[in-house]
Amino acid sequence: MTEQNIDKELIPILEQVSDPEIPVLSIMEMGVVRTAVIENTLVKVQITPTYSGCPAMDVIGEDIQKALLDAGYQSEIELILSPAWTTDWITPKGRKALEEYGIAAPLDAEADKSVLLEGQKLVKCTNCNSTNTRLVSQFGSTACKAQFQCNDCQEPFDYFKCL
Amino acid sequence: MKENLYKYILGIADNSLILGQRLGELCGHGPSLETDIACTNISLDLFGQVRSYYQYAAKIIGDGRSEDDIAMLRKEREYVNVLLVEQPNRDFAYTMARQFLFDVYHLLFLNELQKSKDVTLSAIAAKSIKEVSYHQRFSSDWVKRLGDGTEESHQKMQSAIDGLWTYTDELFHQTDIDKIIVSEAIGVDVTQLKETYYNLVSELLQEASLSTPESKWFQKGGKQGIHTEHLGYLLSDLQYMQRTYPNMEW
Repeated sequence: MTEQNIDKELIPILEQVSDPEIPVLSIMEMGVVRTAVIENTLVKVQITPTYSGCPAMDVIGEDIQKALLDAGYQSEIELILSPAWTTDWITPKGRKALEEYGIAAPLDAEADKSVLLEGQKLVKCTNCNSTNTRLVSQFGSTACKAQFQCNDCQEPFDYFKCL
Repeated sequence: MKENLYKYILGIADNSLILGQRLGELCGHGPSLETDIACTNISLDLFGQVRSYYQYAAKIIGDGRSEDDIAMLRKEREYVNVLLVEQPNRDFAYTMARQFLFDVYHLLFLNELQKSKDVTLSAIAAKSIKEVSYHQRFSSDWVKRLGDGTEESHQKMQSAIDGLWTYTDELFHQTDIDKIIVSEAIGVDVTQLKETYYNLVSELLQEASLSTPESKWFQKGGKQGIHTEHLGYLLSDLQYMQRTYPNMEW
């Protein structure tokens, strides 16, 4: 992961904050926290949005401030756009949490393209693990997801798109 | 100087704001659940990008106006979006054709804006490119699907492309402010994108069994604030909340 600078003692606090739309995933596993450093009595946090229009970002900012306050820190949140967030920053633990929650984790960018464009069967059903699945729509219930359905067990599920 | 950059940013942001509002009109009215959600997702991406632009514009102009004031409280003639994006959702073919004709341009534009000397604009562009790539896939897909579909869908898509064609040339017009910002290595020289644009569009239209319109008569005016009658109605919807309940925030 590039340019991430987080003070060790803040990690357990930040791990308690989750994405409001995917509650099983902490913002640390998501890779949205880029910087969190203690300067005197103030914690300076930089977060980066997953998608530009992601309505969760404001809530995430507030949740971080609250979690830090509970731990005795005042904080300042800054939203940064560069470098742009990528699904590659989701940690292995985060990917596992996604799968267990019923959202297929993102493939790499090239594979994603062939899945969404050429209908290649690479996305695994979150219910039965079959890769005999099909794309229902490139856009899903939130900005970061596409809709899939399993041809074997018929389970409809979300796929986290590569970015 | 400050004023020029401010106006330049509005030129970029207004396109996405107005198109985002048009797509948002389909919320709950899309032809199917999936397309409804897709259109509103694209709208959300555009609004997200627009917020970054207007926040930056507000910072540059620094006269106390907020991103909301800039987005919501200007008069019709102060909006400098191209005419293409304000065209109404006549039917789904029309909505997708409009989206496709804009997406191809948008992606070319952002690829260049990414190289801007201005770090904020470059960062917004880099972020947006990823999202707009999905938009273009979606709209291209529908142009092909309808163009190469039934006789009726083909005819609807062809008439949408024919109807919107007259608004495409304006995308490549340079305003006086554009010229200044381009000379400072901040802005994108849109005249350079034109040839690639029409090549890409014709290629896809051919793939979709559609013909590329031959008409050479093009409409213009949006970049100067002279709009088609549709924008006024759109703005009255967009601005209603802000004007009725002043000081609301996004």
